[in-house]
Amino acid sequence: MKQLFSLIFILSASITLSWSQPSKGSLLIKNGTVLTVTKGTLTNSDVLIVDGIIKKIGKNISAPKGVEVIDATGLYVMPGIIDAHSHIGIDVVNEATNPVTADVWVGDALDPMDVSIYRALAGGTTTSHAMHGSANVIGGQCETIKHRFGSTNPNDLRMDGAPRTIKFALGENPMRVHGEGNGIIPRTRMGVEEVIRRAFSEAQAYQAKWDAYNKDKMKNPRALAPEYSRRLETLADILSGKVMIHCHSYRADEILMLMNVCKDFGVKKICFQHVNEGFKVAPELANFGAYASVFADWWAYKFEVYYSTAYNAAILTRNGVVTSINSDSPDLIRHLYHEAAKTQHYGGLSDDEALALITINPAKQLGVEDRIGSLEEGKEGDVAIFRNHPLSVYAVPVRTIIDGVVYFDIDKDPSDIRVSIDPDNLPTFQQYTEEDRCMDGVFEYLFENR
Amino acid sequence: MNYKNSISIALLLAACLLQGNVKAQLMSKAVKGTFALTHATIHTITKGDIQDGTVVIQDGKIQAVGAGIATPAGAQVIDCTGKEIYPGLIDAGTHLGLSEVSSVSLTEDYNEIGDLIPEMQALTAVNPNSAAIPVTRVNGVTTVLTMPSGGRFPGTAALIDLNGYTPDQMYAGFKVVVLNWPSSGGFGRFDRRSPEDRKKAEEKALKDLNAYWDQAKEFAALDAAAKKSGQPRKTDYNPAMEALMPVVNGEASLLIEVNKDKDILSALRWIKEKKAKAILGGVSEGWRVADSIAAAGIPVLVGPVIDLPTRPSDRYDAPYANPGKLKAAGVKIAIRTMQTENVRNLPYHAGFAAAYGLGKEEALKAVTIYPAEIFGVADQLGSIEKGKRADLIVTDGDPFETKTNIEKVFIQGWEVPMDSRHIQLYNEFLDRQPGLKK
Repeated sequence: MKQLFSLIFILSASITLSWSQPSKGSLLIKNGTVLTVTKGTLTNSDVLIVDGIIKKIGKNISAPKGVEVIDATGLYVMPGIIDAHSHIGIDVVNEATNPVTADVWVGDALDPMDVSIYRALAGGTTTSHAMHGSANVIGGQCETIKHRFGSTNPNDLRMDGAPRTIKFALGENPMRVHGEGNGIIPRTRMGVEEVIRRAFSEAQAYQAKWDAYNKDKMKNPRALAPEYSRRLETLADILSGKVMIHCHSYRADEILMLMNVCKDFGVKKICFQHVNEGFKVAPELANFGAYASVFADWWAYKFEVYYSTAYNAAILTRNGVVTSINSDSPDLIRHLYHEAAKTQHYGGLSDDEALALITINPAKQLGVEDRIGSLEEGKEGDVAIFRNHPLSVYAVPVRTIIDGVVYFDIDKDPSDIRVSIDPDNLPTFQQYTEEDRCMDGVFEYLFENR
Repeated sequence: MNYKNSISIALLLAACLLQGNVKAQLMSKAVKGTFALTHATIHTITKGDIQDGTVVIQDGKIQAVGAGIATPAGAQVIDCTGKEIYPGLIDAGTHLGLSEVSSVSLTEDYNEIGDLIPEMQALTAVNPNSAAIPVTRVNGVTTVLTMPSGGRFPGTAALIDLNGYTPDQMYAGFKVVVLNWPSSGGFGRFDRRSPEDRKKAEEKALKDLNAYWDQAKEFAALDAAAKKSGQPRKTDYNPAMEALMPVVNGEASLLIEVNKDKDILSALRWIKEKKAKAILGGVSEGWRVADSIAAAGIPVLVGPVIDLPTRPSDRYDAPYANPGKLKAAGVKIAIRTMQTENVRNLPYHAGFAAAYGLGKEEALKAVTIYPAEIFGVADQLGSIEKGKRADLIVTDGDPFETKTNIEKVFIQGWEVPMDSRHIQLYNEFLDRQPGLKK
């Protein structure tokens, strides 16, 4: 009996855990300068969020009964910032054991207690693309998360319904890990292409077997199913357009290579990540319809980014490529508004063009532009409020809101925000040294465990 | 010169002017001369702001500054109506010129083998043709301290101006031996030592440091005795001791790199005991012990400002607010990026510090006159005053504001080209030819 009770308890607890919905709130943000990004700038205007959804934007909106009012007089109200490339809120970054690891999924390793999530909120960032690292040519699947900090339930981070994505990586990182590190293909950019073509071809063959089986089993009850492979299944989903490629890349030649491979296999959705030399092939990117997610000004930290320019985002934008500015860093994700402003210094983008780089454009790249990325009625209530214009160097985020719930308030910012304090892991001083979180975990694997 | 030659030269010049922006793969040359920058708002830093003022640059110096100044005959007059003039910005800590591509170790020149090598000269390894130097100066940074790093005494840092073809031409008049203070904290993810082991290592490091210091004192005493007696010093070749001698004698500054609160306090005690002429660098947890630093009267090179907090439990804005908190406690500060290729972001580090408590005016001083004072070159750098070196920038607005354009840069009186790899690639690829078709 006792056992039955505990069984019921465990079952109900797990059902509550997996079924509970993250909370949704109602708020009226009054009298701010509203930067909608897609529909211009509205002065002295209000944004009403009801049950997590933007109900109304305009002047002199009165608060429904019981709805909290935030006075935004003198403040700037913009859509919650979106980062199309980060590695926060996850336990591990790289499954660096094979050039192809499409079978693994970052969503299995979410860490809701990572303080980086709160720090991102304190920089106005509400959504990020938690990506697998760049050790493998075809890495793991990624997860789009909303920064609902404060819960211990990993599921609260997920942005339910966001399209599936997978990490690819070209150039030096996979060449270093597998070619130089393990003596297997790829050691060159020729090998990188070979790995992708082989994987896609195997996926085609796999899919053909399953298609034949599915057809056969209708008339033949004794038909034998082919062996299931999560790796090949995922690769087949890329070919059928169910999973979008987000590809770490730097050099123009490798960017062209992947577009050619994708053309041959009928893959239409690609977002190039970092893509430092994207500016050199901007017409080709625009023609393919590929997206680009770039750094504002990172360069020279490795040879493949030595011939870079901070004008990359501006050149891509002017050539008609849907471009975003990403962080790939627990530091940069806290000031993407400043990173976006750099495109005004390097290339003279307008306010709306610069803000689009961290809002509606990354939303498009993650396939969630109908839900977030601009302040529009009917969209989700993800908002960042700033003192000073967000593109000013003096901008200070003061409130960050997700689904109508305030997750960061500068006036109520506690001195220690950690959700879980492990007595065995007391706060210790730590110098952050890594430049490229994409390679997190790889060096331990390569140099410590052997 | 005959007629034909002058025509071809004129044609060549015209061709260069026409193509200059499109195909410039090499940097154009810096220009020296007498310049009169007129009708500008001049931010002198030390003597207030001047409206509708003129700065006259001659022989590499600021020859005159003020309102209603006559322009000297033959001067190139540059109308700066609506523009602002600031001193060139100074970054108080970088690896600029010492590293080209950080993942390619053979292009890295700031980290020599050895723990006790104060004699290693950063200035020797500065590459005047580093692609990062023009990239940096077109953003208004004209002078940087470039530093070795690595072991306990990794070498001697040097202050350099970002114009010139030899390290000597770039040298800006200040060198300093660097000491990495023994740390009681972790060294990132790879450090898996127990707290006891860390403590033991820290104690041993401090003991070794003191022994080395005493050795240098002895060396200095031998040297002094030899000088007094007029006899040559009877010591073996020992460049490390030679380099430390002015430091232990209290004649030269010592730059102590230290970050953790506890370590800062132990460094302050040591400085007092050794009577060292110290500057602190890094000081990421300075805000925890700001009063102690102020009481000791030790200046601080603080930064990077745009950085993560050092502990998971820290407030998200700890590094942004650090300069303001140090200043409020009464510490003299200069801001640094500790960058190589992105030293150009110095104005933004200063801007973040300004927004999070330091204020614009103090932030401006922390990248101009304060570092000049800390480095003992305030008679030459850090403000717009008559007789100082002509390191200054002309802007269309607040130099910290992200969208502001730096329009002209003068370094040692040279007007440097507003060109860099990043600008060249922009000009070549904004409207690429051929475009999509063959």
